[in-house]
Amino acid sequence: MKQLARKYQPYIWIAVFIMATIASFSLGFDPGKTVFTNFRVSLVEMLSFLPFLFIIVGLFDVWVPKEKIQKHIGQESGIKGIALVVLLAMLQAGPLYGAFPIAYILYKKGISARNLFIYLGAFSSMKIPMLGIEIGYLGIDFTLVRTLISLPLFIAIGFLMERFMKGKHFEVFDPGNKAAAKTVQ
Amino acid sequence: MSNNAIIFVSVAAVVSLVSFLMDRDKTILGFKRGWQMFRKLLLPFLNILIIVSIALYLISPDTIEKYLGGDSGAVGFLIAAVVGSITLIPAFISYPIAAGLLQQGASYAVVGTFMTTLMMVGVVTLPLEIQYLGRRVAITRNAFNFVAAIIIGLAIGVIL
Repeated sequence: MKQLARKYQPYIWIAVFIMATIASFSLGFDPGKTVFTNFRVSLVEMLSFLPFLFIIVGLFDVWVPKEKIQKHIGQESGIKGIALVVLLAMLQAGPLYGAFPIAYILYKKGISARNLFIYLGAFSSMKIPMLGIEIGYLGIDFTLVRTLISLPLFIAIGFLMERFMKGKHFEVFDPGNKAAAKTVQ
Repeated sequence: MSNNAIIFVSVAAVVSLVSFLMDRDKTILGFKRGWQMFRKLLLPFLNILIIVSIALYLISPDTIEKYLGGDSGAVGFLIAAVVGSITLIPAFISYPIAAGLLQQGASYAVVGTFMTTLMMVGVVTLPLEIQYLGRRVAITRNAFNFVAAIIIGLAIGVIL
């Protein structure tokens, strides 16, 4: 029963919304009708580009394997290293907290502190699927301006963080396996 | 918005065609991955659209314009920066909200600040970040990012 509840829990909102909408239309409840009209407009808007975006993202994922880029991050430094780190971050998906486990792996592979924070910056604001959705909703102008201003700023943050940590001992931990991380050190 | 749809449809068509000519199996695999990602997103997306639709009905355009509009000045900016830093809204979910704010008269600077703090600063996730990076580094990173987000928001407002 509990399992069943958990399985269908994500659909509860939709179910309630559909029932409320049907009720609104049959009873002639105007606020309910207005809310549905708002919903219909947004839904059409979303479906007009989102499926196509994910065709592009899916193909991108298949043709540009992340592992290939990941191999070159540790050794390279300078502009090429930065470019690769940004590109790698752009290929990811998900919220920022999903980047920390990856940061740990990159750290173990010997990524520099500077590149690590550039990676986190690019991960937070330049992931390709997110850019696509952003263009769809806020327009290409907004997305371009935001990205072009953000890029130099989070690269600057990478350099600042590197300076901030100079001489101090810096390491990335794996909370799931703290003891092991310590022994590696 | 329809212009955007045309861009996405044509790019998707061209990319698919080229991919298909180069490697049929890879193309099908790419479609499958895209579909999986889309499917995972669809439900949270529908839920947020419902919430936005209700919020749009409840919160009058006048209220939004008063607090976040072009004349709201520093107050609107501050509200956007603080709310964006604290809350944890996945980026893809925040775009419909941002678009709604813009339509209701919020300024580009405010929406830009809201979006960037949302993406780059995470107060709610700070405990998790501290576990990975250590307290000092995590707090410093968030502080730098907060300043950067404000600069980005202001710049967006100036340019657009």
